Amino acid sequence: MTSAASKQVIIVGGGHNGLVCATYLALAGRKVQILEARDEVGGGASTTSFAEGYKVSGLAHILYSLSPKICTDLKLETAGLQRGAAIDTIALDRDGQHLTLGVDEASGAGLSQQDRVAYTAFKQEFRNYARTLEPLMMNKPPRLKDMDRTDLLTLGKLGWKLRFGLGTRSMREFLRVGGINIYDVLNEVFDNAQLKAAIAADAVIGHHMGPRTPSTVLTYLNRLRWEIHGQQSLPPGGMGQIANALSKAAKSAGVTIRTGAKVQKILIDAGKAYGVQLHSGERLDAAIVISNADAKITFLELVGALELDAMFAQRIHTTRSRGNVAKLHVALDSLPQVSGLSTQQLGQRLLIAPDMRYLEHAFNHAKYGEYSEHPLLEITVPSIADPTLAPDGHHVMSISACFAPYSLKQGWERQRESFSDKIIAVVERYAPGFSTQIVARELLTPVDIEAQYNITGGHWHHGEMTIDQSFMMRPIHGAAQYDTPIAGLFLCGAAAHPGGGVTGIPGHNAAQRILAMGAGL
Amino acid sequence: MVSIIQSPLVQHDAKQVLLPSPFHPRIEQHCLVKNWMSWNGYQTARVYDTLASEYFAIRSSCSVMDLTPMEKYRISGPDALSFLNRLVVRDVSALKPNRVTYVVWCNDEGKVLDDGTIFHLHQGEYRLCSQHHQLDWLLISSLGMDVSIVEETHEVAALAVQGPTAYSVLSAAGFDGLDQLKPFGILHTQLDGFEVMVSRTGYTGDLGYELWTNPSNALALWDALVGVKQRGLYDLRCIGLDALEMVRIEAGFIMPGDDFNTAETTVRAGHDRSPFEIGLGWVVNFDKPHFTGKQALLREKDRPIERRLVKLAVEGNKPPVDSFLYDGKKGRRIGTIKTQIWSPILKANLAMADVEYRNGKLPVQIWAEIYYQKELEWQVTWAQCRISDVPFWTHPRRSATPPQNC
Repeated sequence: MTSAASKQVIIVGGGHNGLVCATYLALAGRKVQILEARDEVGGGASTTSFAEGYKVSGLAHILYSLSPKICTDLKLETAGLQRGAAIDTIALDRDGQHLTLGVDEASGAGLSQQDRVAYTAFKQEFRNYARTLEPLMMNKPPRLKDMDRTDLLTLGKLGWKLRFGLGTRSMREFLRVGGINIYDVLNEVFDNAQLKAAIAADAVIGHHMGPRTPSTVLTYLNRLRWEIHGQQSLPPGGMGQIANALSKAAKSAGVTIRTGAKVQKILIDAGKAYGVQLHSGERLDAAIVISNADAKITFLELVGALELDAMFAQRIHTTRSRGNVAKLHVALDSLPQVSGLSTQQLGQRLLIAPDMRYLEHAFNHAKYGEYSEHPLLEITVPSIADPTLAPDGHHVMSISACFAPYSLKQGWERQRESFSDKIIAVVERYAPGFSTQIVARELLTPVDIEAQYNITGGHWHHGEMTIDQSFMMRPIHGAAQYDTPIAGLFLCGAAAHPGGGVTGIPGHNAAQRILAMGAGL
Repeated sequence: MVSIIQSPLVQHDAKQVLLPSPFHPRIEQHCLVKNWMSWNGYQTARVYDTLASEYFAIRSSCSVMDLTPMEKYRISGPDALSFLNRLVVRDVSALKPNRVTYVVWCNDEGKVLDDGTIFHLHQGEYRLCSQHHQLDWLLISSLGMDVSIVEETHEVAALAVQGPTAYSVLSAAGFDGLDQLKPFGILHTQLDGFEVMVSRTGYTGDLGYELWTNPSNALALWDALVGVKQRGLYDLRCIGLDALEMVRIEAGFIMPGDDFNTAETTVRAGHDRSPFEIGLGWVVNFDKPHFTGKQALLREKDRPIERRLVKLAVEGNKPPVDSFLYDGKKGRRIGTIKTQIWSPILKANLAMADVEYRNGKLPVQIWAEIYYQKELEWQVTWAQCRISDVPFWTHPRRSATPPQNC
């Protein structure tokens, strides 16, 4: 082992978090090499071509959560990052009574004055709750036993924000709703069924949860917290553009990026990681290894249970990480027509979520290994703002469809087309003639996402974001502060706190932790 | 890949609270006092006739005990050895076929779950015997491994034949080739046309063997042994669990669940025990590949020891049942007696006791506060205790090969 190689940091996986982690470490003077199995870096932030001339964001398709601190620290705008124009959420109605949900205001013909006022108050109140959890986000989650000073400080800040940031009334309310389900909360606040469903959709998309599932207030806050920092948008060029900016920033910080280099094994000797072995058989030495892969791949495949204590391996094995969202990409020969919606409005984030019963029923299917008979849909038509994504006059549509369980009872092989047809039939009800406009289509089931993006279960967030798999228990206690039971092995992906979304925060926090520990020097 | 086979023998009859062992038709005849208890769900004799005669059968002639209720697991498959070596704290990679070794295993925190023995039956095929039910833990430990784990508690009938004349009794019963069988060795042999596995193992500290066979041969095996007595050749007595308790303490063998709380059953922090804390530091091997609890034990190794299970000889003739221990007469309380017996052969009170260390050292003096009754009236007395670093009792014939024919 040469001394140069022994000082090298290897990052397994060049997802957005891997890129962020690498860049921070490189800026701090570390020699970093990223090994990415795919031909492109960025992970879930990607742009793919699914038919000749049609491009679309491959997995994540709305930018809402990239940390502004990371954008500034890594000078991502200099590296070419473009957010695109802010968009609203529009909940579609079959009779044309669509609702527009802005950051603070909701509007729509069917909305009562009472609900409009309630919406503004609700959003402000819940953003305050989200703000309260903020001290937990950009730090390692505090251990509850053997805390260090950083942990004490984090908990102190959390306590201060809870007690004095919120005030007595809000704190009491936050503690009341924090662990319960969004269904009950929304029924207390609003009358309009469509408004409730549009908010509840944010709590359940990407999770194995219906509106009545406990923990859905937490998942909603997780999504809502990004409104503190800015608005959602469709980045020009698709999410791959974010990956390009991150990759450029990484390279200019001195990070070496190797694509098409799939890691087969993390090499371990006497409980310490000392390098990796690629599928090609090539071995690379490293002072420390950082894994951007999910917890199951990292520990059960790359490390292997034999190198771990039995219960640790078992707890990793039993974390819930089965994806529940399918992605449908559609190429269209013309713009779909939704009655009562302008072209500009069609370019926003569209939801098909008529009421909360609809969502709960959609989720019921997933519980029993079936896809939803009437799925919840999150739709974008990115080619309206960025015509380069499709040939002249043509358009692309990207749909996240819930629920599509990873473990489908009959298996996905024979159900892929029927589920695509189902999604298209649902859209057709809102956009008559839609199905005749389709030139090409591609469905990514969780099984496809698993295969294409190397994510266990095809789960967006590298594991459910329930309260028992969050904070100091993400992915499990014993590996929740980015370091792991294997010396010199760290986690930097969505499997670690604070979880999924194109945030870059797990990567940021992992880098801070590694630098604070002085690991690999 | 893990396979579990449901036993056809454990079809449960609701009226039958305790399971009869394959030897039960004979045991029932020999057990005169009907002093039954449950051992892993089997109807097991605590005493057959009198405790003293059973004890002296083990120490002076030959004893037979039904071992069938002991938990038994068949471990095989390509990863069997890696599985076992990752399970237990001892290095078992050098265990040759037809050899047996004593092992303990821990949870992630390095606290002992159970102890037992690994029998290397044939190349790559093992039997793990344990004190308590371990299937859950074995399955958890098999994650990602190509190993087959089959519980065979009910599929193997077993007898322990222990005592000075054990070798002679077995030879007279028709077993050949035992003369070259070394301690912890296994012999696959036949008796009257059926397969019996003989291992030179036991829980008494004396010469002894354990016999393993299919339950369908159980009665024939029993009759062959008892036939030796009926022919007037050697005395032979059935012994119950009470006599076993006496000889195992004399021989210094620990009993998980009685001498220390096993980790799986521990609720309160600090009430579980590491191998170092129960005097089994010698089985922990840090040079072998990773095993469950290794990191926790490495950390513990560098800390001064806080307590240890010790073998304690207690002066006088008052039984130190559940006694508190002090670092002087009426001094500071430093521990408790866990199990204790009166040893007829050593004429002493012997005990297993949990004792606190001070600054990494054992207390210089240990006193037991003993409560006892005289004609229903409680009295208290103090007795000085002495720690024994070696078994209280052992005998050279335990390991002599070939064994003496006597």
